[in-house]
Formats: sequence, structure tokens, C-alpha cells
Amino acid sequence: MSDKKPKRRDFLFTASYAVGAVGAAAVVWPLVDQMNPDASVKALASTEVDVSSLTPGNTITVLWRGKPVFIRRRTQEEIAEARSVKMEDLIHPEKDEDRAKNPEWLVMLGVCTHLGCVPLNDKGDYDGWFCPCHGSHYDTSGRIRKGPAPWNMEIPKYEFVNANTIKIG
Amino acid sequence: MSDHEYTPKSKAGKWFNDRLPLLTLANHLTDYPTPKNLNYWWTFGGILTFCLITQIVTGLTLAMHYIAHADMAFESVEHIMRDVNYGWLIRYIHANGASMFFLAVYIHIFRSLFYGSYKSPREIIWIIGIIIYLLMMAAAFMGYVLPWGQMSFWGATVITNLFSAIPLVGEGIVTWLWGGYSVDNPTLTRFFTLHYLIPFLILGLVVLHIWALHVPGNNNPVGIDIKKPSKDTVPFHPYIVIKDGFALLMFMIVFAFFVFYAPNILGHADNYIEANPLVTPAHIVPEWYLLPFYAILRSVPDKLLGVVAMLSAILILAVLPWLDTSKIRSAVFRPLYKQFYWILVADVLILGYMGAMPAEGLYLLIARVATAYYFLHFLVILPVLGLKERTIPLPLSITEPVLGGSPNMAMAKKKESKLE
Repeated sequence: MSDKKPKRRDFLFTASYAVGAVGAAAVVWPLVDQMNPDASVKALASTEVDVSSLTPGNTITVLWRGKPVFIRRRTQEEIAEARSVKMEDLIHPEKDEDRAKNPEWLVMLGVCTHLGCVPLNDKGDYDGWFCPCHGSHYDTSGRIRKGPAPWNMEIPKYEFVNANTIKIG
Repeated sequence: MSDHEYTPKSKAGKWFNDRLPLLTLANHLTDYPTPKNLNYWWTFGGILTFCLITQIVTGLTLAMHYIAHADMAFESVEHIMRDVNYGWLIRYIHANGASMFFLAVYIHIFRSLFYGSYKSPREIIWIIGIIIYLLMMAAAFMGYVLPWGQMSFWGATVITNLFSAIPLVGEGIVTWLWGGYSVDNPTLTRFFTLHYLIPFLILGLVVLHIWALHVPGNNNPVGIDIKKPSKDTVPFHPYIVIKDGFALLMFMIVFAFFVFYAPNILGHADNYIEANPLVTPAHIVPEWYLLPFYAILRSVPDKLLGVVAMLSAILILAVLPWLDTSKIRSAVFRPLYKQFYWILVADVLILGYMGAMPAEGLYLLIARVATAYYFLHFLVILPVLGLKERTIPLPLSITEPVLGGSPNMAMAKKKESKLE
């Protein structure tokens, strides 16, 4: 093959296959992309939560984009515990100061980063959360400390609209 | 197959057969020469065909009443159970039918492992079988999601999240699978669609599986090549049809026991609670037939490696014909392999039990040892055993072991020494 000079016909074959492949890809893409989140799902991008009734040491769970979001008003002990942890003890090192800008309020996705279960509140070896599915332990900052989960629980984009209302998303 | 000559007796039959040789095919299937020493472990192919057809028929009728919508699915299943005429029966047959299907497929697979049915020249039959097994797991998993109970929802969440272990593109793939940011209505409708599609893909593969089988013909308990047709074979009909039919009846007794006396024993009570995205059930377990692989997943402390180990445990079966270096098929003539075979059976059962237990302490330790042994069996023991094992001399024909003490054994030895 290599010593033969390509002929007109070889060029035509290659060009035909190439055009065919592009055409097939153009047809397949809409069929694949239709499975991605649609416009109505994307439209539910933010939710506002009234947190005025939440007292320290309590958590509420709200649904955002079909996923639970934990909003915890932390006690002073919990904050102290979260902030005293050394970075080298963490599996996924993140400062509590970066995770909870307002130290009293921890807002995070209540989704275990292992396989997506909802961890249980006030459980586990680190006084934070414990995932019943495969045994991941999270601390009072929602950081992974023990178990199969690879990352800390995710902090979504959120802001305080006023003193009593958090807007997630 | 190509040497098969057949002419229909009737004129109309001949006219039709010349245009579409369906009667030749039917004749091939009835006359198909089958080793006469097939035991009852060989009846599970027929039983599995029955299971597939049962699932398709009951599934089709359930689909006439089921509503694939996150707000209505759970209620529509209760509607089937309470209001639809015989709905309870059809649903219990379908739900337990999945378990029966897996029970039969595991016996079928372990039959192959014992008698070396996966070895040359039957590798393609075996690989098609593994693909069918994978599709069965996909269909069973998606079917379990459809009632939209707590186990449905969280099982779907956990299993789809397995893909998030893939570096870089994992999260994107999971969002794509869900059609949203969590398991929700788009996930349910696409699972229903695929759950409806897969059985027909399996049906097509079953045709290929049987086609590939009919090229070399059946393996047999002695595991030697036989001439077909010969004194060592009997025609499929009526001999095997009757034997398969009897085994199927026995199987249906077990099936009926579950359907009528213990319809929920293989399920999970949490699935009678409607899906709630805010609360994960305290103890998530998959259906029993997936437990060994679940145990392997959990025994690896790293997320990505756990998923890789679990998938490898299934896919390693596809390359089994090349991992097993022994030319001798049947374990009857492999004294060491026979022992390792039973250790593997015990190992898989132990993994299954550990998969149902919480992943901690002693359970986790045992699951880890059993996982390591599972891979050791396929990657080390089988390749080495084929080279080292002293096997028992094979008989010349499948008749010989039955006659026992015949001079054939001496002849067999002579012939062997000549070959060497």
C-alpha cells in the first residue's frame, strides 16, 4: 500500500467516508444531547429560604435542583471545632473560613460525595454528618474525615438576601 | 449445519421452503444432535428462555397500566396491585421473575465454569452470554427504579453516581444520565424506555447465543469432542425437549412458591415507601443478585478503584477462555480445578452475604479477603493451574465411562502415549 501512489479513487473514498462521518455525528448529537438537563430543569436554578426560625445547633434541609441542601446554624463549639482542625489531617483540605464565610451559617449540598446518599445529621465520629450508605464521616464543617467519599460536601453558590433569607443558586 | 439436507414432504411445504427455508430451520432444531449424557445442569438454557419470555409478556401487560411519571409512578404501581384485574399476580410474577431469571442464569454460568463450556471452540457463545448477563443487570436495575419507592430512588442515585468516579467527565456523564441535577422525572422516563428496550436486545442476543451454540454443538459433562450425529448423540426432539420440559416444571414449582407464598421476601420493605429525595433509607442494599459485586465495590476504600474493581469482577469473565490455560474442559478430569471451583462458589456466596451486611469491622475484612481471592482465582490460579495440574485421562467416548471397566481405558492410554 505505502509504495503505491494514492489514486483519484482513493481520494474519493476518503472524502466520502469523512463527509459520511461528519453527517452521522451531526445526526447523533441531538439524539445524545436531548438527554441533558432541559430548559425547564435549568430554570429552577435558585431558591430562597427563610431561616429566621432556625436556632443554633439546628439544621433545616431544603430542596434545591432536586437535591437536599443543609442549612445549619452552628453553635460556638462546632465553629471552634471546625476551625481548630489542622489542614494536614484533612483528606480534602479546605479551611472552614472558606466554607462558611459567616461562621454561624453552614450552607452545603446534603449529598455524600461518594455515591450521592443524604448523610445523617449530628452523627459520626466527628460530630458532623455520617452517611449511612457506605460509612463516610464528615466534620462540623461538612469536610470528609473518614470513609470512601473523596471530597468535602459541596458548598453551593448562595447569598444572604437579608438577615433572615438565604438565596441558594 | 451446512451439510443439513431437508425436503418438506408436502407440496405446499416445499413451495414455501424454497422461498423461505423456515421448515429447514425447524427441522434443524428438532433433529439437532445433542450429547446423550447431558445432565440436569444443561436444562437451564431452556429455563432461561422461559424466564425471558415470562418477563416480556408480564412486562408488556404491566406497561399497559403503569405510568412513568415521578408524581404518579408509585401510585400507578399500587393501582396495579389493588385495582387492575390480576394486576397483583402479573406484578408479582414480573418482580419475582427477575429473581428467578438471575437464579437460573447463575446456575447456567456456574455450569459453564464447572464443565469448561467457555473453552475453545465455544468462546463466542460465552462472550455473548456475558453481554446478555450485563444487559440483564441493566434491565433489572432500571426495572427496580420504576415503582419509584425509596429503594428505587436511592438505588438509582447510588448506581448512577458510580459514573461520577470517572475523572474529569464523570460529573457531566451523571448529569446527562439524570437529565437534571438529581434523579428525577427525566431519569424515570428514560429508565422506563430503556427497561422496555433491553429485553428485546437480549432476545436478539439469545438468538445469536443459540446460533453460535449450534455451530460446534453442546459441550457435555465429559467435556470431550464427539461426532455429530453419532451413537453419542440423541436428537433434540423429543429427548431433550422432554428433559428440559420436566426441569422447567420443577423450576416453576419454585417460581410459584415465591409468587404465591413469599412474593415480597426477595424485595425490600423500604420500596413500599414513596421516593423521598430528602431522606436516604438507613440501610441501602441492592437486590440479592447484585450483592457480590456490591461487596466488591465497598471493600475498596477508594471511590474510583472501587468502581473499577466492581466492573472488572464482571468483565474478567469475558476473557476467561484465555485466562484458563487448561485444554481439559470438564472439572471431572481436573482434580485440583474441581476443588478451586468449589472454593470460588463459596467465595462468591460469602461476597453476597457480606454485600448484605454493613460495611464495617469484621464484615469488611472478610469482604476484602473474599474480593482478593476472587481476582486471585481468575488472574493467578486458573492460568497457573492449567500448566501445572495433573489431569485424569479422558475417556475415548461418552459411552465409555458408563460402561465402566471396559478395555477402552487401556486403549485410551495407548492412544495418548502415541500422541505424545
